[in-house]
Amino acid sequence: MAEGARTLAMGQDEATGAGRITVDAPFGHALVSLGRARPEIVGLTADLGKYTDILPFRDAFPERFFNVGMAEQNLVAVAAGLARTGKVPFATTYGVFATRRAYDFIAIAVAHSRVNVKIIAGLPGLTTGYGGTHQAIEDLALMRMVPGLVVIDPCDATDIAGATAAMADHDGPVYMRLLRGKVPVVLDPAAYRFEIGKAKRLRAGKDVGVISTGLMTERAIDAAEALGKRGIAVGILHVPTIKPFDTEAVCEFASSVDRIVTAENHVRVGGLGSLVAEALFERGIAKPMRRIGLPDRYIECGSVAHLQSVYGLSTDRVIATIAAAA
Amino acid sequence: MASANHPSAAPDIRALKMRAANLRRHMLKMARGPGQGYIGQGLGIADLLAALYFHELRHDPEDLDWPDRDRFLMSTGHYSIALWAALAECGVIPLGELATYGADSSRLDMSTIDSTPGVEIIGGSLGHGLGQGVGQALGLRLDGSTARVFVELSDGEMQEGATWEAAMSGSSFGLDNLVALIDCNGIQADGKIVLKMEPVVDKWRAFGWESREIDGNDMLAIVEAFRASRGSNGKPKAIVLRTLPGRGVPTLELREKAHFVRVEPEEWDVLIEELERTEDQGDG
Repeated sequence: MAEGARTLAMGQDEATGAGRITVDAPFGHALVSLGRARPEIVGLTADLGKYTDILPFRDAFPERFFNVGMAEQNLVAVAAGLARTGKVPFATTYGVFATRRAYDFIAIAVAHSRVNVKIIAGLPGLTTGYGGTHQAIEDLALMRMVPGLVVIDPCDATDIAGATAAMADHDGPVYMRLLRGKVPVVLDPAAYRFEIGKAKRLRAGKDVGVISTGLMTERAIDAAEALGKRGIAVGILHVPTIKPFDTEAVCEFASSVDRIVTAENHVRVGGLGSLVAEALFERGIAKPMRRIGLPDRYIECGSVAHLQSVYGLSTDRVIATIAAAA
Repeated sequence: MASANHPSAAPDIRALKMRAANLRRHMLKMARGPGQGYIGQGLGIADLLAALYFHELRHDPEDLDWPDRDRFLMSTGHYSIALWAALAECGVIPLGELATYGADSSRLDMSTIDSTPGVEIIGGSLGHGLGQGVGQALGLRLDGSTARVFVELSDGEMQEGATWEAAMSGSSFGLDNLVALIDCNGIQADGKIVLKMEPVVDKWRAFGWESREIDGNDMLAIVEAFRASRGSNGKPKAIVLRTLPGRGVPTLELREKAHFVRVEPEEWDVLIEELERTEDQGDG
């Protein structure tokens, strides 16, 4: 913990990107670029435009942007209505509000109705120090249970730009976690391409295979570098799409390594670790396995670096967990 | 595609009353099949649906996807019995299919589903309809369409907070192509309306809607309220309809007001006879 660290004000970035090049508001800029070519794309928010990187779209297309105020049920309902008239709505709010408050609307007005709505959810997992009210620690589990919904947890600016374009092309409802503000570039845009439903092997290594999603892939990459110097070969499979789940790639990867560690910015139940365990068990692939993720509790306020260290998501803690598994 | 029901046409009140009577006949026969259903609510809004489908809505039963059609969103999915009757009466679904209401594998479910032709949204999770209506009205306005969006919701449904989220956004966005049709029949799942909902029309006015209250079983009042709702004045419109559950069948009008009316199997033929007698007296 840094000396004198404090909970930062809403909108200040602190979660990721140490030592990496960053891109400012990759979601908003990707949406503007898509919006130029596709007049059917519209933007919505529920009084969190400033904090979900959608203001570049508002500034470029003010007539195609709607702020419904602090009303997440209505945000989702209005987006569903717009989609029924042929629009492709991107609706932003925080993950906690989208999933906890508007769940019925996502389920019925969007997913059951099979309408083309994209829900963009800020503050995934433990990326804010604002405590349990703002930390979307269980959103992946809630969203993966919704029939027909695509669920994405991007790692970095490259993933976000690719996923924004891919979901605009996808005819159907999508839930994407958002990393906002200055977002690091972890994946090389020249070598990596986001595809809905596809996991990507980022690194070979037989001792421990890390299967990770979201910003935990960044931690896994840094951990693998550090452990390589200690003679532990760590492979990485990045799984940015939670649903549909790339069972084939996960099973193939798991079969190629001695042990498995899953890593997610989410409670340990119901998310990536659970999906991997289900997939491997059904295929009869038995490997020693550990799950990195948040515990079964609400998390207090504090600085994000401190909280991530306490709850096992920091790079140092990830290194320690993988080393213990090896 | 143009429609014969363009709102500029003068209403034929007598013909609309006959349509309403037909809808009631369909509904009684449908309810007799499964021996149950939301017949009280259905009979209560028969006049509204007759006025919509045979006068106010610009729609084309031959071209359900016509982009410039007026939309009718029924938020109270359990009123499906009335919607199926109206869609059959205007030729969207075959009249003969009404007998399948509520049967396994039927398209005419006990709650509205958007896979049935002519249905614009999945109703039934109360509080969902108006917000989707706001979105459709916004989308149509963006396209420069003159189509309007009519959303039916109920007095009990006003207890859902999402209704008011939608009400605020509808007026903030100046959606004068949006009309809320609030069926106030005084009942909800647990019986009589459990909260103080009055004054209903003042609530909508306070939320920025051009609002009026009418007898929802008075055909003349309904078509007049529709005529008045066509203004392009930057305000969404709310029509509060006071309706009588079971309207048109005296026994049901007098029966204890319940969300789900119990009718004994042998009663249905009597009720249908009652409706016909009421119609003969010109009271429909």
